[in-house]
Amino acid sequence: MALLEVTDLHTRFRTDDGIVKAVSGVSFELDRGKTLGVVGESGSGKSVTFLTLMGLVDRRHAEVSGSVRFDGEELLGASGSRLQKIRGRRIGMIFQDPMTSLNPVKRIGWQLEEAVLLHHDVTRDEARRRAVEILKEVEIPRADARIDDYPHQFSGGMRQRVMIAMALINNPEVLIADEPTTALDVTTQAQILRLMTNLQQEHEMAIVMITHDLGVVAELADHVAVMYGGRVVEQAKVDDLFVKPEMPYTWGLLGSLPRLDITAARLEQIPGQPPSLLHPPPGCAFNPRCAYAFDRCREELPELRAGAGVVGEGHRFRCHLSDDERARIWEAKKAALQAEGSAA
Amino acid sequence: MSELLVVEDLQKYFPVTRGLIFQKEVGQVKAVDGVSFTVEKGQTLGVVGESGCGKSTMARCLARLLEPTGGKITFDGREITHLNRSDMRPVRRDMMMVFQDPYASLNARKRVGSIVGEPLEVHGIGTDQDRKRRVQELLEIVGLNPEHYNRFPHEFSGGQRQRIGIARALVINPKLVICDEPVSALDVSVQAQILNLLKDLQQDFDLTYIFIAHDLNVVRHVSDRVMVMYLGKPVETAAKQDLYTDAKHPYTGALLSAVPIADPSAGRARKQIVLTGDVPSPLNPPAACRFHPRCPRFVDGKCNVDEPELTAASGNPDHRFACHFPLERWPMDEDEIRRKPAAYAAATD
Repeated sequence: MALLEVTDLHTRFRTDDGIVKAVSGVSFELDRGKTLGVVGESGSGKSVTFLTLMGLVDRRHAEVSGSVRFDGEELLGASGSRLQKIRGRRIGMIFQDPMTSLNPVKRIGWQLEEAVLLHHDVTRDEARRRAVEILKEVEIPRADARIDDYPHQFSGGMRQRVMIAMALINNPEVLIADEPTTALDVTTQAQILRLMTNLQQEHEMAIVMITHDLGVVAELADHVAVMYGGRVVEQAKVDDLFVKPEMPYTWGLLGSLPRLDITAARLEQIPGQPPSLLHPPPGCAFNPRCAYAFDRCREELPELRAGAGVVGEGHRFRCHLSDDERARIWEAKKAALQAEGSAA
Repeated sequence: MSELLVVEDLQKYFPVTRGLIFQKEVGQVKAVDGVSFTVEKGQTLGVVGESGCGKSTMARCLARLLEPTGGKITFDGREITHLNRSDMRPVRRDMMMVFQDPYASLNARKRVGSIVGEPLEVHGIGTDQDRKRRVQELLEIVGLNPEHYNRFPHEFSGGQRQRIGIARALVINPKLVICDEPVSALDVSVQAQILNLLKDLQQDFDLTYIFIAHDLNVVRHVSDRVMVMYLGKPVETAAKQDLYTDAKHPYTGALLSAVPIADPSAGRARKQIVLTGDVPSPLNPPAACRFHPRCPRFVDGKCNVDEPELTAASGNPDHRFACHFPLERWPMDEDEIRRKPAAYAAATD
């Protein structure tokens, strides 16, 4: 049994303008010690999926349905106090912006100790010892001195490390990281990613890496889910997704990425804008931007399916194009990319 | 090919003061400290570096939004380093900027038409009718609907706003456009649209770009030449191809190897150089080579004593770098990178 099983999760927000379908039928599984990369653009529902799963959406304005099973226990509809026992203890979360997720008027140490005291019956001294230990683990230099600093005395990369320390201080089984490196420089990003993989191996922790950066996913993830318009549009093992993506949006994402290893005179661009979740287009959410869309795409939502000739276990995607046609289009794209790569 | 912009030894120091009424200068932040480069007409110079390396300050000095402390800026054959406001005004027609944050750089209370038309108005070009026609033409060129003339910025998405920012920069036919992180706030698919647009515009209107970014992939895609900066100084400058395939400075190497590769098997195969620590404070930069505390090739008694000059690579005067122990080839992995200085240290002992 998977550690985390999400089945047919829906989140809808009631707003003055109508109902925003932020998440529509997302399902995935995550095993212990594995990393799931969740890729998508802003508004694809990737963050809301995990806020819902953690019980962090405001239920007064949101309708939530589906099932989230964590270690066999249903989380949707669980009581607030039950969720509090799990959040921060067994499931840790790192938010994107390290500048705004720390309390600016409390010392780093105090904020870390609080996380321990909330879940364990220990003295403040013991909590402090644990806080120094975890700061050392995330490679903050002179941790025992810096623990009494305020967040503004830390650089961006160090603050992000403190956020990781806070999420890890209770040894969670699942770590949900929402764009943990987006605000950082490449060199700092490389440090943080290396740190996360080391800690994962040490603690056999499962990681959900929410990001818009396919490069980060390629480096870190075991499985990938590509989200678009509130739905998972393709999911696969990381190698399968990059070797043979099966759906036009994923092709577009890979083609629009400027890369160090491939020289393209011109990036492939996906025309238009991501869809409005208030008035999503009928049929496949990607159809208005898809170069291969035909009538059926505009009428009928494609199921998440496995195709004939699709290698890779668990590789599923949403697309009405026939298997032959997809194979033909991808072969042509791949050949074009390779021609450019060798020209370079 | 002629030079549009020549920058020699540009410096920008910010004073650090203490005291409220009797302010006393207690130090200087050397944000830009001796940057020299030239940009040829119709070319793109990419400037890369981590946050705090002075790349934005440099851009602001070039556009004279900040007063340079020292050095010389020659634009289109004319020295503009210390021109006063009124003398600078005609120069500004030829030099426009595109900013990073498309949410903050457009006045939320003005309509798109007047935002894009403002440069024309400031420089007193054309009648109201002419201006409107020109603005609508530009909106169309950057891929927006000319009928959106009367809309407000909040009605547009991030990518569309960046198009508005680009239209505004191009409306008076500038020669040089300084783009300060123009795509870093955008989603990948929209980022590709904007990068393609900038490239098309460059060809159509013979534009020269200075393109500032922290993303090496993006810089590689748009630039002809690239300058890598670290703590206010250029550490390496070269033609794009040379920089990306034959990096000489260990910092360039570290930056290149830190970029995630969107190919799982290639990503696993390479050995990354991961730098330790953060960029030091420019208030109190390390002595001699500013990169030495983080450098994998650091040699005690050399790198922290003797500051390396920007020198040309053998056989390629165009490829310049500031390092005592440049990389022999690229790519290299971390162990190889450490080897040479060890040999050097053994020889001098």
